[in-house]
Amino acid sequence: MSPVLELRGITKQFPGVLANDNVNLTLEKGEIHALLGENGAGKTTLMNILYGLYKPTKGEIYINGKQAEISGPTDAIRQGIGMVHQHFMLIPVLTVTENVMLGEESMRHGVLLDRKAAAKRITEISKTYHLEVDPHAYVRDLPVGIQQRVEIIKVLYRQANILILDEPTAVLTPQEVEELFNIMKLLTGQGVSIIFITHKLKEVLAVSQKISVIRRGKTVGSAKPAESTEQSLAELMVGRPVELVVKKKKAQPSKPVLVVRNLFVKDKRDRIAVDNVSFEVRGGEILGIAGVQGNGQTELVEAITGLRHAESGTIQISGQEAANKTPRQITEIGVSHVPEDRQREGLVLSFPIKDNLILNTYYKTFAKGIVIDEQKVNDTATKWVADYDVRTPSIETPAGSLSGGNQQKVIVAREFSRPMKLLITSQPTRGVDVGSIEYIHARIIDKRDEGAAVLVVSTELDEVRALSDRIAVMFDGKLVAIVPANEVTKEQLGLLMAGVPESEVLIKLHCK
Amino acid sequence: MTKDEKSPSKLVKQTFDLVLIPMLAVLTALIIGGFIIVATDTNVYTAFEEGGLGVGLSAVGTSILVAYGSMFSGSVGSWRDISESLVASTPYIFAGLAVAVSFRGGLFNVGVEGQLILAVMASVYVGSRFPFLPWIIHLPLTILAGMAAGALWAGLAGYLKAKTGAHEVINTIMMNYIVYLFADWSLNGFLCRVPCSSPVSPPVLPSAYLPQFFYRLHLGFPLALMVAFGVWWLLFKTTIGFEIRTVGTNPNAARYGGIQTTRVMVMTMALSGALAGLAGASELLGVNRVLASGFSSGYGFDAIALALLGRSHPLGVVLASLLFGTLRSGATRMQSLASIPTDIISIIQALVIVFIAAPAIIRWVYRVKAKGTDEGSTVLVQGWGS
Repeated sequence: MSPVLELRGITKQFPGVLANDNVNLTLEKGEIHALLGENGAGKTTLMNILYGLYKPTKGEIYINGKQAEISGPTDAIRQGIGMVHQHFMLIPVLTVTENVMLGEESMRHGVLLDRKAAAKRITEISKTYHLEVDPHAYVRDLPVGIQQRVEIIKVLYRQANILILDEPTAVLTPQEVEELFNIMKLLTGQGVSIIFITHKLKEVLAVSQKISVIRRGKTVGSAKPAESTEQSLAELMVGRPVELVVKKKKAQPSKPVLVVRNLFVKDKRDRIAVDNVSFEVRGGEILGIAGVQGNGQTELVEAITGLRHAESGTIQISGQEAANKTPRQITEIGVSHVPEDRQREGLVLSFPIKDNLILNTYYKTFAKGIVIDEQKVNDTATKWVADYDVRTPSIETPAGSLSGGNQQKVIVAREFSRPMKLLITSQPTRGVDVGSIEYIHARIIDKRDEGAAVLVVSTELDEVRALSDRIAVMFDGKLVAIVPANEVTKEQLGLLMAGVPESEVLIKLHCK
Repeated sequence: MTKDEKSPSKLVKQTFDLVLIPMLAVLTALIIGGFIIVATDTNVYTAFEEGGLGVGLSAVGTSILVAYGSMFSGSVGSWRDISESLVASTPYIFAGLAVAVSFRGGLFNVGVEGQLILAVMASVYVGSRFPFLPWIIHLPLTILAGMAAGALWAGLAGYLKAKTGAHEVINTIMMNYIVYLFADWSLNGFLCRVPCSSPVSPPVLPSAYLPQFFYRLHLGFPLALMVAFGVWWLLFKTTIGFEIRTVGTNPNAARYGGIQTTRVMVMTMALSGALAGLAGASELLGVNRVLASGFSSGYGFDAIALALLGRSHPLGVVLASLLFGTLRSGATRMQSLASIPTDIISIIQALVIVFIAAPAIIRWVYRVKAKGTDEGSTVLVQGWGS
């Protein structure tokens, strides 16, 4: 039997960049095929070609052995290809049914929407694939994991039998990831074939039947999970041996640098987002904050760094009261901040790298009066770019044209080059390639060992566990637990992140 | 990795890419303007009717030649014409810079016209009084009065935006109307010359004149070039410019970087208003030397086109202003020689704006490939209520 999908010699040339170079990929019926590669390796380009968003420069696509011409998403859908994007394409104020039927509405009398018929079909799909969801619920009320289900249902509703999942686990708790994997296995059991795009090695080994690794636009290898290890896959992905475990000595905590007491912060919709939070971080230790995205971590960090108003409570940074001070005042106390969203806050993408490197010190270190000292900017930028291994043709290159990893290194270079007492990093390695992750983690440990207090906020549980000396779990605006990192398992953290009370989680520990 | 070496030829190519679209936009606008000239020329119709196709076509040629020929000779045909073109360019440079600065700061100052008129009122008030002052004091004082009026008026719109989030586009448009009516009222009241027979201000005293040195070309023109240089220096070489551009390009990053975005907004608007004030003051003190109703022929609105055409870069604004000034002064000759109304220039200017605002049209017509967006073009407006 011919494979469900075959890509032969796909080449995509963008001006100046060869995004895909003679890529071959074969997807068998009922198979989960992992597509592994660093950010910017060409995974997304390849999938966009398959989904008809780009036209390949060269190469053919075969579906069920027949050559297919895909010139747009409509063609792709007609050929049975469905895509679940990393960022969901759902409309929060519509119900599940309305979201699913959007673009392929069932009609009564030619003009009226037939929600009933659509809801019935959704229920059928739910039953067949064990994708439980209430068709009448509003999407805005659903947790992220369920929203993802809605996305999958949306694709199945259009009778897709080839499913592309683009980084589907990025927003899920470990338990939700488990559920997703079960759903994926169930789907393949029913004859659906899945392309699973990811850069997380553990997941690839857990769920896929075949693995293709892409590096710099080329397929550099394919592997069977049984014959691979995380180490071997990482090497294939990066092209050199990689240190996967963060090496660190035992922490030497000194006196508290950041002390937060009874902090309340509201989010932009005026709801309590940080709910009576108290904790402290000592010099020379790393406190990790784990939690599913949207449980108040963002607002907590914004309040500490002066970007958001603190309703009540105190924040002390090395003995100084810092609640509701301006971002500049807080920077000047000696706080470095790697923001959660580097493109929204951390960088001005159209500015050259050198201007981004002086974003919060331009007025002081790099100016004589009001005139910017260009010589000093250039010299410093050249040095930092070298010191922090930012891969760029020039310090004049706009930050926006760097890869995610190098953009993050620009921010790290800027923030880590100042004398600091407190380092706050939010999602320090989100969307960053394996090689850069290794590098950034090592630098964070360096700062700890130099005596800085470090607060790491990440939704990647592995990252929090690897870096932290103590882990605080945030759920629904509260710090539900603070535990030493080496005394807690990933499963326990997952339960805490999902809101199971600490006492129950610890009882479970004892029952084991 | 993108290859982006800064070799000289690369730099030339980048500059070429930057000016290609504006140049093609102007060219296209002139071509379409030609069609309109022909279509509105009664001689052409008569020629077709009476002489047939051949005569008709030659009449078409003549019509365009006479129109653009007289426009050309009227703008650069003699030293006097060149001087007139530069005179016409001067307020454009100031006003264009005003809009460009606001664009760089992520704001859209549509109120340059109002700020300009208010500035002229302040300047004429100071300039027609204090006969005892020597010019070395009187002239700068008069100019400063205009700049201050413009800065305050625009700064108020900036303040409202910073404090309440009221959109500056709405506010500056509305504040234009306040100025128009205030000016009319004043010219019939305290600003009117004594005795007040018609709405005209007293003349500016010679001690507040911007002296004319080359036919009617006055000191305002070199001043405009100097100010353009100053704006470039401020925007690209100083911490103030860094703050303006950062707030304009990514206000979130600006806040994160410790910049007080609200303060910068007010400052940007005030600076923009001061430049608008200079546009009015230089025109008053260099050319008109008296304020009557209908003082400004829409400089403040043409300025938006100039800033777009010049990609919010001071040098670009100067070049665009020279072009518009030349067209304007050539149009006067065209009107007298070819009896084509000067309004055709407004049409051509409007077409330029359309093509600059929708570069896809130009790219499609001339098969020019799209390049990555640059800072200047991404700044324009950050959406309503943002």
